[in-house]
Amino acid sequence: MTPADADLARRAHAAAATVCDPEIPVLTIADLGVLRDVTVADGRVEVAITPTYSGCPAMDVIGIEVQTALAQAGIPDARVRLVLSPAWTTDWMTDAGKAKLTAYGIAPPAGKASRRALFGEEQVACPHCGSAATEKVSEFGSTACKALWRCRACREPFDYFKCI
Amino acid sequence: MPTTSLSLTETPLLAGILRRADDALILGHRLSEWCGHAPMLEEDIALANIALDCVGQARSFYAYAAEVAGGGLTEDDFAYRREAGQYRNCLLVEQPNGDFAGTIVRQVLFSAFNDPYYRALTGSRDATLAAIAAKAEKETAYHLRHSGEWLIRLGDGTDESHARARTALDELWPYTGELFEVDAAEAALIEAGTLPDPRSLRAGFDATLDHILSEATLTRPAGGWMQSGGRAGRHSEHLGFILADLQYLQRAHPGATW
Repeated sequence: MTPADADLARRAHAAAATVCDPEIPVLTIADLGVLRDVTVADGRVEVAITPTYSGCPAMDVIGIEVQTALAQAGIPDARVRLVLSPAWTTDWMTDAGKAKLTAYGIAPPAGKASRRALFGEEQVACPHCGSAATEKVSEFGSTACKALWRCRACREPFDYFKCI
Repeated sequence: MPTTSLSLTETPLLAGILRRADDALILGHRLSEWCGHAPMLEEDIALANIALDCVGQARSFYAYAAEVAGGGLTEDDFAYRREAGQYRNCLLVEQPNGDFAGTIVRQVLFSAFNDPYYRALTGSRDATLAAIAAKAEKETAYHLRHSGEWLIRLGDGTDESHARARTALDELWPYTGELFEVDAAEAALIEAGTLPDPRSLRAGFDATLDHILSEATLTRPAGGWMQSGGRAGRHSEHLGFILADLQYLQRAHPGATW
């Protein structure tokens, strides 16, 4: 990559990294690990993004917003490519992202992703009061990536970002 | 998008992709019919979420089918411009929702097959199929657990719920044989390492079911005569009604977007 291309890729990455998830607006796609790669070929920027779930309806919007953010940063006609492999996992979520989720009232994925984590007895701390006395209400929540939980200490319901 | 039905030359690979895609789309459509009608809010959300996973998986497979078929086709052409006879889904997924027990039993039977199938597909020599499966297999594992726990609750519940679950199991069982069928097209793909051999998943399927059914105080029906034909495009009358609903807008207003 030429120095000019490397600089373009860096600026493009910085712009793409500001795009927020439309369903969880406190998280950027960089926090989520959805932003995979930014490359430059023949002077044209390509941004690779990956879905959290096969049917994630936010991907089209995220793609458009990446192109908009890049255009606003002076990089028109960038290409957005959807990549499936390697499959997204909650392990890619940054620590900063997890802290933002908690502050927003969503319990972040607990522990490292594995089939055991997906099916085991998760220890999920209440994002409101921090209590560990919580229980699952429903395996499915307001979006594909979340389950619905309730805190027995403060009685508040909350979303839990499933560990996959 | 033109109004005419799609004219396709089905290579074994295209047929293999469409079978997976159509299973996912038709089951996703069936599950979406519950939206706003499920017995409780949490289950309404659950069934809609499972439907969303299925339709998302179908989109990935159709996008690959479009790439393989070439000629400028898109994923939408496969969903909206094929006749019932061109659909390659198994008969199980097009069966009507029935009562809640019927939907849950259908889901358990399909997921007990599809979850290990996708997991095996992650080892495909076809990198795209392997990638789609790697994304989808955690979703199908979740579907299996969710529907399995419901079947245990229904089977081991009241006399009424037990009877309904048993009836659904007896009615849907004859559609399970088709899941393990291998025809010439599929055999070539298995030989090439593109698709897993479903026959190798039979013992695991039986074991998964037996585990769930024993907790549900139900028993696996005996083998018996099995329905067949979906993979070759011979469908029950239900698929036509599904497609009339699913394809109506694109057939009436070709290429409509909003």
